[in-house]
Amino acid sequence: MNLHKLTSRLCPKATQKFRHLHIQSSGQQLEAVAVETASAEANPLSVFRTSERDPTYHSEGHSGQYYTLPPTHIQKLFPYGLPPRFQLQIKTFNEGCVMVRPPALELISYLKRADYSKPPLRYVLYGDIGTGKTMSLCHALHYCYSQGWLIVHVPDAHLWVKNCKELLPSSSRPSRFDQPIQASQWLKNFKITNERFLSKLKTTQRYVWTKRESTEKGQPLGELIDQGVNRMKSSSDVVGAVLRELRLQAGGATEGEGAFKLAVAVDGVNALWGKTSLKKEDRTMPEELTLIHNLRKMMKNNWSGGAILTALSQTGSVFKPRSAYLPSELLGEEGFDNMEPFVPVSVSNYNEKEFESCYLYYLDRNWLQHPHSRSEEGKKELIFLSNKNPSILERLCAFL
Amino acid sequence: QSDKFVSAGPQKFTQEFIDKQVEEFEVGKRHLANMMGEDPETFTQEDIDRSIAYLFPSGLFEKRARPVMKHPDEIFPKQTAIQWDAEGRPFHFLFYTGRQSYYSLLHDVYEKILAIERHQDKMRNKGLFTLLTGSRWLLKEEIEEYLVENISDHDYVRLIQLMEKLLSMPYCSLEEEFILKFRKQLEAQSSKHEIPALQYDPQGVAFSVADGRRKTAKASITLRDSGSGNITINGRNYLHCFPLLQDREQLMFPLHFVGMLGRFDIEGSVEGSGHSAQAGALRLAISRALLSFVSEGEVERIRQAGLLTADPRIRERKKPGQEGARKKFTWKKR
Repeated sequence: MNLHKLTSRLCPKATQKFRHLHIQSSGQQLEAVAVETASAEANPLSVFRTSERDPTYHSEGHSGQYYTLPPTHIQKLFPYGLPPRFQLQIKTFNEGCVMVRPPALELISYLKRADYSKPPLRYVLYGDIGTGKTMSLCHALHYCYSQGWLIVHVPDAHLWVKNCKELLPSSSRPSRFDQPIQASQWLKNFKITNERFLSKLKTTQRYVWTKRESTEKGQPLGELIDQGVNRMKSSSDVVGAVLRELRLQAGGATEGEGAFKLAVAVDGVNALWGKTSLKKEDRTMPEELTLIHNLRKMMKNNWSGGAILTALSQTGSVFKPRSAYLPSELLGEEGFDNMEPFVPVSVSNYNEKEFESCYLYYLDRNWLQHPHSRSEEGKKELIFLSNKNPSILERLCAFL
Repeated sequence: QSDKFVSAGPQKFTQEFIDKQVEEFEVGKRHLANMMGEDPETFTQEDIDRSIAYLFPSGLFEKRARPVMKHPDEIFPKQTAIQWDAEGRPFHFLFYTGRQSYYSLLHDVYEKILAIERHQDKMRNKGLFTLLTGSRWLLKEEIEEYLVENISDHDYVRLIQLMEKLLSMPYCSLEEEFILKFRKQLEAQSSKHEIPALQYDPQGVAFSVADGRRKTAKASITLRDSGSGNITINGRNYLHCFPLLQDREQLMFPLHFVGMLGRFDIEGSVEGSGHSAQAGALRLAISRALLSFVSEGEVERIRQAGLLTADPRIRERKKPGQEGARKKFTWKKR
C-alpha cells in the first residue's frame, strides 16, 4: 500500500482547485447543492467531495459525499478510535476522508434534537459485517467533539474481554479482576482527547488507592488520571472513579464553566454482556472484571446530560456465530434487557450513489491502478464481487 | 590490460588511408605523364608500367619484386574494415563465428527459402483449406468398406501418407472432389448441449432453471431477467455464503464472459461438499441457465471457454497398503 503514497501527492493540487469552487455556509445548503450539481458536469471529481468540514452542517444533501477530517482532530480525537484499516488508508492517502451516510446523519439529527436535561438516550448502531457501523460512530463522535462535548470513547470493548496478558485481582474488591494495561492505555487516550476538561473538573469525594496514596476531594480530574497512568495496579479502579465523576457532574452543573455534555461511545457493546475468553491462573472463569463492571454502570441511564452511542460488532466478539447481526442476537438476553429502551439505527451496504462516490474517490486518489478498473466493465465487476459492501470493496481495491 | 593480449593481425588500413593513397596515385600518375611528355588524361596503366620500367630499370628476375606503380586497390590487399567499434563490440552479429560473411550469406539464403515456402503455402491454402478444417480422414474401417477389400494398418498409414502428399502440392485444388470423398465432417459439438427452456413468470419476467454438480455438491438455480444483480443462495446473501473472493469470482465468471453482469437476479440452493465445490456447481448451473438467454454463436463461445463442461474430478479412493490415495507409508530400507 505504501507505493501509492507517491501517487497521492499528485492529487491534492488537482482537488484543491475544485474545493474552492464550492460555496461554504450553513444557511445556503440548497443553493450549495444546486451549485455542486451544476458544476458536476464541468468536473466530475467534485461530485463525491464536499468541503463542509464540520459535521454539524452535514445534511441530506451531503449524503454520499466525502468530507475531510481535519488532521488536528484526528490526532486528538481518534488516537485509537478508528478502525485499523482506515488508519492505514489515512496514512496512504495523506488525508482522512469519511463518507457522509444516512445512518450517521440520522444519529446526528437525534443528537441535535435530544433534550439533555433528561436521562441520556441510548443509540445502537447495528448491521451486517463491514457495512460501516464503526465509521458512522466515529462520524457522530466527530460531531460531538466539534460541539465541545466531553468524549468517553471505548474503541473496542472486545479488547477488554479477550487476549489480556495480565489479569490481577482487584485491589479494592476481592472477587473482581483488573486489567491494568488496557485501563492505563485507555486513560492515556482519554487524556489526549479531553485535555481541556481535565483542569476544569474536580473530584467530589476522596478516593483511597493504597495505604499511602489517595486523591483528595476537589482535586482536578487530571490528577486522578495521572494517578491511574502512573500506578498501573490501581488503574482500573481509577477508570471506575473517573466514570463515576463524569456521571455525577455531567448534567449537574448549571450554565457556566462547569457545564458540559457527556458522550459515551462504545464500539462492540455486545462484549459487555457476552462471555469472556479470559481465564484466571488456575484456568477458571473470572467472576467479574472491573472495567466491564464500570462500563455497564455507565450504560444505565441514571444520569443526565449526555448521550450514549454504541455500535455492535460481530468481528471481535467471542463465541458468536458469524451470521448474527441483529441486536437481540448479539447482545444476548441480559444485554438486551439492560440496554432497553434504545434507539436502533441500522447500517447497510452502499446504495448506488454511495458506491459511485466511493469508486470516484478511489479513482481520484489513484488507488485503482489497473486500467481495466476504470472502465464500465470493471465497475460492474467491482459491484458484483463486493456486493457494495464497504469493507469488502476496500479490501478488493487494495490489490488492484 | 586486454590490449596486451590482442594479436595485431594483418595490418588494418582505414578507409581514409586508402582514399589518401588513391589521391596520391592519381596525382603521381599525372606527374608521371608530364615527366614522360604524354597527355595526363589518356595515361593508361600500360603506359604507367612502361614508364616505370623505363625510369627504374631493374635486373631482378622476380617480376613481382620490381618497382611497381599501381592503383592502391590492387596493391593493398582487399581486407575487411575494422569490425568492431571503439568499445570492442563487433558490428556484425555473426562476428564470433569466425567467418561472418559466409554464415550471413547462408542466413540470407535460408530466409529466402522460408519466404518462398510461405508463399507456396498461401497459394496452396487458397484451394481446399476451408473444407479441410472440421473434417478428418476416413478411418481404416470406412476405407475397407469403400474398397470392399481388407487392408492392414500399414497399408492404411501408407494410403494416408500418400493423400497428405497429394494435399501438399500447390495445385491440389484440381482434385478437390476426389479428395473430399475420403474426408468426413466432424460434428459441431455445440449442438449436443440441451438448452433449458425459457419460462415466463406471471409478470412476464423471463427466467430459466438449471442444475449443476461438482464433486458431491449439487446446485440448482433460477435465473431471472429482472435486472439488479442480487444473488441469494439458500436464502442468504452470497456475501455471507462465500466470504472468499475466489468463490465469488467463480460465480461472476459466466456472467462476466457473456457481458450481462447486472442484468440477472439469481436465486439458488446448494448442498453438499465444501465451499469451493459449491461455487463450482453454481457456476456450472449459471452457465447452463444462461444458454437460453444467449444466441447460437455465444453458445459455441461459452462451450469453448469451458464453462459448460462438468468437472469430472472426484475424490480418489484410498488404497489398502497406503496411507491415502497416493501417499505411501514411510519406506524403510530394511
